[in-house]
Amino acid sequence: MSGEMREITYRQALNEALAEELERDPNVFLMGEEVAQYNGAYKVSQGLLDRFGAKRIIDTPISENGFAGLGVGAAMVGLRPIVEFMTFSFSLVAFDQVVNNAPNMLTMSGGQFNIPITFRGPNGPAHQLGATHSHATECLYANFPGLKICTPATPRDAKGLLKTSIRDNNPVLVLESELLYSSKGMIEPADQELLIPLGQAEVKREGSDVTIICYAQTVPLALAAAETLEEEEISAEVLDIRSIKPLDHAAIFQSVSKTHRVVIAEQDRPYCGIGAEICFRIQNEIFDELDAPIARVSQEDVPMPYNERLEKAVLPSAKKIVAAVERVCHA
Amino acid sequence: MPEIQMPKLSDTMTEGTLVLWKKKKGEQVSTGDIIAEIETDKATMEWESPEDGVLTEIYVEEGGKVEVGQKIAFVGEKGEAAPAETKVPEAEKKPGPAAETAKPAETEQPGPAGEQQEETAPPQPEKQKSTQLDVPPVPRKAEAASASASSSKEARVKASPLARRLAAENGLQISQVKGSGPEGRVTETDIRAAMKSQSAAVPSPSPSKPAPTGAKPVEGARIHLTGMRKVIAERLVASKGPVPHFYLNIEIDAGPLMMARAELKSAGEGSDTAKITVNDFVLKAAVQAAVKVPKANASFDEDAIVQYSDVNLAIAVALEEGLVTPVIQGAQNKSLREISEAVKDLANRARNKRMKPEEFEGGTFTVSNLGSYGIDNFSAIINPPQGFILSVGAITKKAVVDDCDSVAVGQRMSIGMSCDHRVIDGALGAEYLKEFRHLLENPSLLLI
Repeated sequence: MSGEMREITYRQALNEALAEELERDPNVFLMGEEVAQYNGAYKVSQGLLDRFGAKRIIDTPISENGFAGLGVGAAMVGLRPIVEFMTFSFSLVAFDQVVNNAPNMLTMSGGQFNIPITFRGPNGPAHQLGATHSHATECLYANFPGLKICTPATPRDAKGLLKTSIRDNNPVLVLESELLYSSKGMIEPADQELLIPLGQAEVKREGSDVTIICYAQTVPLALAAAETLEEEEISAEVLDIRSIKPLDHAAIFQSVSKTHRVVIAEQDRPYCGIGAEICFRIQNEIFDELDAPIARVSQEDVPMPYNERLEKAVLPSAKKIVAAVERVCHA
Repeated sequence: MPEIQMPKLSDTMTEGTLVLWKKKKGEQVSTGDIIAEIETDKATMEWESPEDGVLTEIYVEEGGKVEVGQKIAFVGEKGEAAPAETKVPEAEKKPGPAAETAKPAETEQPGPAGEQQEETAPPQPEKQKSTQLDVPPVPRKAEAASASASSSKEARVKASPLARRLAAENGLQISQVKGSGPEGRVTETDIRAAMKSQSAAVPSPSPSKPAPTGAKPVEGARIHLTGMRKVIAERLVASKGPVPHFYLNIEIDAGPLMMARAELKSAGEGSDTAKITVNDFVLKAAVQAAVKVPKANASFDEDAIVQYSDVNLAIAVALEEGLVTPVIQGAQNKSLREISEAVKDLANRARNKRMKPEEFEGGTFTVSNLGSYGIDNFSAIINPPQGFILSVGAITKKAVVDDCDSVAVGQRMSIGMSCDHRVIDGALGAEYLKEFRHLLENPSLLLI
């Protein structure tokens, strides 16, 4: 079965994951704005309507709260819905369904109803989408028990994590990234099953002087920063956590115990952001491994400007990561 | 309590030397009487008694060095005896690994230094929580020893958690490690460096660095480090790696040298005098200058500056795979011709890897010449434990202002001197270079 690795886009990887799971399990269906006739706002569901028909690839009205609730209901009666948000900024109008109904149903029904639903779509700032459409929502959802969250950064992770999420018997949020849809990466052959467990980080680049913890959009930034740092003879390890929840503590502690210095590069905002949680856990569990204070690179704590230059100033960047690394390495 | 302690006489003072007791044991003292002279990191100061009474007990003898806050004497009522058990033997005052036994292991409270620290020491967690990783539990014993150093909140040492752990595991007292991080924070690097210097210093039975037999230069004098000299050494090490470099540069008029060399070449046609090179003159001048300025022919050795009576000249020889520095032993006794022969022999054998290990040992300073590589000037890195290295550049033709204030074509050679500031200060380096220049600009002096 094993063949040559091939190069595909992130968008294509998600499409393969959807098609394979729709093919594998007749209870799986996809629902969202423009997922069917238009083949998806970002063409992730390209060709799925033709292949699986209108009963399983369903266009919805612009009513996130309605169709997210429909999904939770469908999951209660045994189906495995995949609900696409055109962007997770729009999931905010369905917040109650995502954070209240989906994750609480299992415990509040005394274990009667599993909710095997997948919420997916692009998350986080992209390019000049303005303040209301640029939200990085991972830190909001991570605060609710009962939700699992993954943040793939590469085509391989996108496919493997989405497939695992669809098969999970609990609500999972697959937070994709508009900026990554066209990015390319190596992946196993199409005929080879690819499942990546939730809660498993991956070292994207090995290093010895500092650990850059990152996910989703900040992974390519961290890799670029590591290249620059290599010229300064600072060896940076790039650790992609891949899942926000469950979090792979062991991988984080292992890497930090090796490098003793940490920079957390996150795509959300600093206040109560993902980095704050990771930072707490590191100092709480492996305080004696730290040789410098932990640094964080995130968005600035302001509404996202529309102006291109201002937006750039607000977003995390490779340059900001390099500066943070230099700070913790006293370079 | 009428027990008196080593006072903190300057902001940066962490320990003091009791230079002189002005009062004898059993003498009456009153507040304000000068009872002792104490040397701090900056100066020697007279110190007034903080108590009225009788100087009943003296714990620290003249010349003894103790940390700030350590008890040094007891002033009691007439007839009152000092508590018998309080005399602290010298060996215990510097808590090393041995001090671990001073306190039961399970507590993190400060060790033998007394109750005052117990009140001011920052609260410490009872025990470390186990982690989800296989991080071994940290031995806490040694930290008790290190905690005893912080006798007040100001004295709290800034150190990273990792540095504290490593120090504890290796029995190092963190307050004695100089921090190189932001605001003087002690980091992993500092602890590793301290461990290295400790392991280099401790196991050797001889007072200085272990050296292979025969190759060790003869010590002419061992100058005890004063407080000021110690501070200079510590500060400079913290500023640049283990060896604090600074650099001096001069330009030498190479005209007379080139002329001397040309004369030897043409007049000695066919004989080996023709083979004397410019570099041989440079080496001879470097050696002669070290004889004239013996203070520069020295190295730093933890608690002393060691001046050598031999001038053992190390020469940098470039090899394909790197660089070696063979040594001309006892170069002060060698003529220009003998140095020339020795250099050729050593360089040849170094390139053919036919050298004995001891021929690389015991150099008292190094000369590195990159002139033949077309380098005008550079600053070489010192070859520890040597005190300095000379960097010799190419001789180039330059427009120079001559004695008659007119511009002429002159020949110039750039010389750099990288010095270990713990051993050689600017003035001493300048003195050496002045001698060196005088010799090289008057090359006939090198023929004597």
